[in-house]
Parts: sequence; C-alpha cells; structure tokens
Amino acid sequence: MTRHLQLPRLSWRFIPVWQRNYLVWKKLAIPSILGNLADPMLYMLGLGFGLGSLLPDVDGMSYLSFLAAGTVAYSTMNAATFEVLYSSFSRMHVQRTWDAILNAPMTLDDVMLGELTWATSKSLLSGVAILAVIWGLGLFGSFWMTLWIIPVVALVGFCFGGMGLVMNAVSPSYDFFLYYFTLVITPMVLLCGVFFPVSQLPPLLQSISAWLPLTHAIDLARPLVIGRVPDSVALHVVALLVYGGLGYVIALALTRRRLLK
Amino acid sequence: MLNVRGLTKKYGDTEVVRGLDLTVRRGECFGLLGPNGAGKTTTLRLLLGLIEPDSGSIELAGIPVPQRAREARMKIGVVPQMDNLDPDFSVRENLLAYGRYFGMSKAAVAARVPGLLEFAGLASKADAPIAQLSGGMKRRLTLARALVHDPDILFLDEPTTGLDPQARHLIWQGLRRLIAEGKTIVLTTHFMDEAERLTDRLAILDHGRIVVEGAPRALIESHIEPAVVEVFGEGVADWTRHHASKVCQRFENVGETLFCYTRNADSVIATLQATPALRYVHRPSNLEDVFLKLTGRDLRD
Repeated sequence: MTRHLQLPRLSWRFIPVWQRNYLVWKKLAIPSILGNLADPMLYMLGLGFGLGSLLPDVDGMSYLSFLAAGTVAYSTMNAATFEVLYSSFSRMHVQRTWDAILNAPMTLDDVMLGELTWATSKSLLSGVAILAVIWGLGLFGSFWMTLWIIPVVALVGFCFGGMGLVMNAVSPSYDFFLYYFTLVITPMVLLCGVFFPVSQLPPLLQSISAWLPLTHAIDLARPLVIGRVPDSVALHVVALLVYGGLGYVIALALTRRRLLK
Repeated sequence: MLNVRGLTKKYGDTEVVRGLDLTVRRGECFGLLGPNGAGKTTTLRLLLGLIEPDSGSIELAGIPVPQRAREARMKIGVVPQMDNLDPDFSVRENLLAYGRYFGMSKAAVAARVPGLLEFAGLASKADAPIAQLSGGMKRRLTLARALVHDPDILFLDEPTTGLDPQARHLIWQGLRRLIAEGKTIVLTTHFMDEAERLTDRLAILDHGRIVVEGAPRALIESHIEPAVVEVFGEGVADWTRHHASKVCQRFENVGETLFCYTRNADSVIATLQATPALRYVHRPSNLEDVFLKLTGRDLRD
C-alpha cells in the first residue's frame, strides 16, 4: 500500500480523458440532462408547492425557496456521485477503457483527474439547471448573489466526485454501490438540511451533521439563494475541498493498487 | 531496440518473473511463448512501465523504464489480450480519441485515420458502432489503434486468441506488412504455428524464466528429432513395448497416444504397417514439440 500511496502528480494530460467523456455525453446530451433533472425537479416542485402550502416561512424564507436551495446542493451531489460510481466504474472495470488509456503515455493520476473534472462538470450542469428553475420561478433574493451559486456547485461536484471515486476504487460490482447510497448518501440527505432545517434535529444528530460535506454545501447555497452572504465561507469551502481532495488522493492510491499490479 | 537485464517481479512470495534477460533488435519480430502463468503478460506490463520491477533494468529505444515510462510509451503501440475498444464510440472515433491520449492534435490524428482504416480493412465500417464488429474486426481495429501514433515498436499480447482461421490469417497479413515496414514487434502467443510463421526469434518462458531462445527453425533442429509419428488405436501398449525403443529416438506416452520422435520415420512406419489395428499420423516435428518437450505436458491453470 505504501508504494501506491504517493501524492498525485497532476498534469494537463487529464484533458483528453475529460474530452472523451464529454464527446460520449454529447451524443446523448438531451435525454441525459432531462434524466438528471426530472427527479430533483419533481421533488422540489411537488414538495415545495404541496408541503410548502401547509408550512409557514422556514428560516425566514418560503418553504419552496428553502427546498430549492437544498435541492441545488443535493442534485449536484447526486449527479457527481452517480457519474463517478456507475459511469466511471463501467469505464474502469466493465469496458476496460482505463486500461486502454494507460497503455498510452498517461498515468492513472491523469485518468482519475479526468474523471473527477468530468464529474464536476456534469454536476455543475445539474446544479445550474436547478438554479435556472430558481431564476425562472423568482425564488431568489438577489440575482447577482445567486451567481455565486455556480462556483459553489462546482465545488460540491468536486467534493462528491472525489469521495465517490473511493467507492469506485474498492467496489467489486455495481451492487456494492448500494451500500454507499444507503449508508452515506441517503443519511446525508436527511441530516444535512435539504428538506428541513438542521436545527430541528436532536443535538447529537446536529453535531454529526456539522461534519458532513452536504451540510457545508447547503450552508453555502441557501444564504446565496435568499441574497445573503453565507457565514464562515472559508470553513465551508475548505471542508468541501478537503473532502474532495482527500477522496481523490485515497481513491488514487486504492485504484493504483487495484489496477497497477 | 529493447534491452532487458535481470528483470524480477514478485507477488507476495511468488516470483512471477525470475531474472529475465532479453534483447530485441530493431526491425525484428520477437516471440514470447509460454504456458499460462509463465509470466508473459507480467513481462509486457513491466516493459510498459505499468508495474515496477523488484530488480533489473529495462531500456526501450534507449529510454529507461519505468523511470521514463511515459516517454517510452510514446514509442510503443499495444494490442492487449482482451479487447478494450471504446464501446461508446464508432470505429473512426475510437482512433481519434486514442490519438489524443498521445497528445496528437485532432488534425494530426484525422490525417492518419484513412490509412489506418485501410490497413484494418475497415474503411467501409468507419462509422459503425463497436458492437456491430465481428471479433476479427475488433482485433484489426485494436491493431490499427495501436498504430495511431506511428510507434517504433509494437507489443501484441495473444493477438489472435479466440479468432477463426480466416480472421487469424488477416491479422498475420497485417503483421507481416508491419514487419516489412520495419516495425519492431514483440508478440506473446501460445499458438506455435503463429510464432513459427511470424517471429525471427523467440524465447520460451516457463515459471518466469527463459527456458530457451533462438530462431524457430533452429530451435526445432537443435531440440527435437526431425519427424514425429503419433500412434494411437488398439494395441499401442504392445507396439510400444516391442518396437518403440528400437525405432524411436525418443518416445512419450500421452494418454492413449504414443508420440514417437524419430530421425527415420520410414522404419517406424514399416513396423506400424505390420499392425493394421494401429492408426498413426506422420508429420515433420514443429515448434509445439519443442515447447512441450521443454515445458512439459502438465496442465497450467
């Protein structure tokens, strides 16, 4: 393991890997975007209007705005996670696309950075699509402020892309990813304030929630939706960078062990 | 072109490659033969710098590997054992995408694509999805893909495994063309006829070591009697007892068949004809006989 645990050597050679994924995606872009959007949009609008009509303002905003801000972070997380789990796994394990690339003058560092930046790009698109709905429905406080959501979404994509790559590295098959969803992703959706404020949770769960990356993502996105500057921006940004960066480094070491033997 | 000295690789306690020395000259087609698990694929992965040796040195076109593997791989084309064409791309897109991994500009790859498609006999399939290709077509495309950056040396890992005879002959034609163009080729295979047909020199690898090395003809001449008579049918045991040691220089019982290696097949056949119940095949000895003599007949899994 120590042999595989070297720091990543980053280079611009990841671009052809990113480009490969982009060109494949482009062939099916429209159904892919719709497929990515339908689910979060239905939840957001269904719960937002349905449940929202029963609720008073939540944390000083309409429930629909509250939920929209959560959905931006949550759908970005999902888009990145699905990409590096199922899609990257297909390329690595099933189609052996990574093996083919590694026979060219490319390293695993390049390949996985390409995958990570691609997952980030794809999830950026998901997040921005939800943002477009927020704009369309006028759910925001200040339009200019909401533009900051774009870099936040990219950061969230990077964070969950990096984390998901760790699962990709250790998974024997697609079935394994279910554990990650039931044990990591779903609890996070419930604990991190997507549907209701974290302050409604018992203190123990609140303190767990404070450590989870989705909480940091939502703490950045939600104030921006209603036109406020988020509190402790640096903390949230650093947390998301550390989760994603550490994920990438660990995933790289584990994948080296898996493939380069 | 390729210089390997004292190469070793261990996995846990198992030494997969044990002190390998190899020299492949420019323009040569070199075969790496061996039973399953002999260390062929591990050796190729070491040569590519994908894994690090425990000891020994590799120099590819003067470039040390794995220290400067990336540079070395610019000069190598690889045809892997298992097809890993990109199923999300068409035939042409596969070549275009692969060229980019070598840092080639889109225009530079595009300029090479027609020639490569012609080489692979896939010009009419340029826009076909990979799923529509036959096994032989896929292999030919993989070979063309390995040439996208015009490498000096090609590594082929069992290039014709799983292909029908027609498809194999087409691959062989392609490889001969490349040899004629002066490409250096390193080929692993366990088809002896393939090695006999294509390689200038070959090494037989077993348990991570080179057992023997030389030109195919020379190996056959120096290691084995010129003719083989395979005897089978009722009464093999009797015939073996009474005649084998007299007319065969060397013989071997494998199941119900007797392999009689001889310098004088006529006298073997004469005694066989006296026993009509016996059936036999008389043939010149080949590389497979050398291979089996040196690596044994035990199954390797």
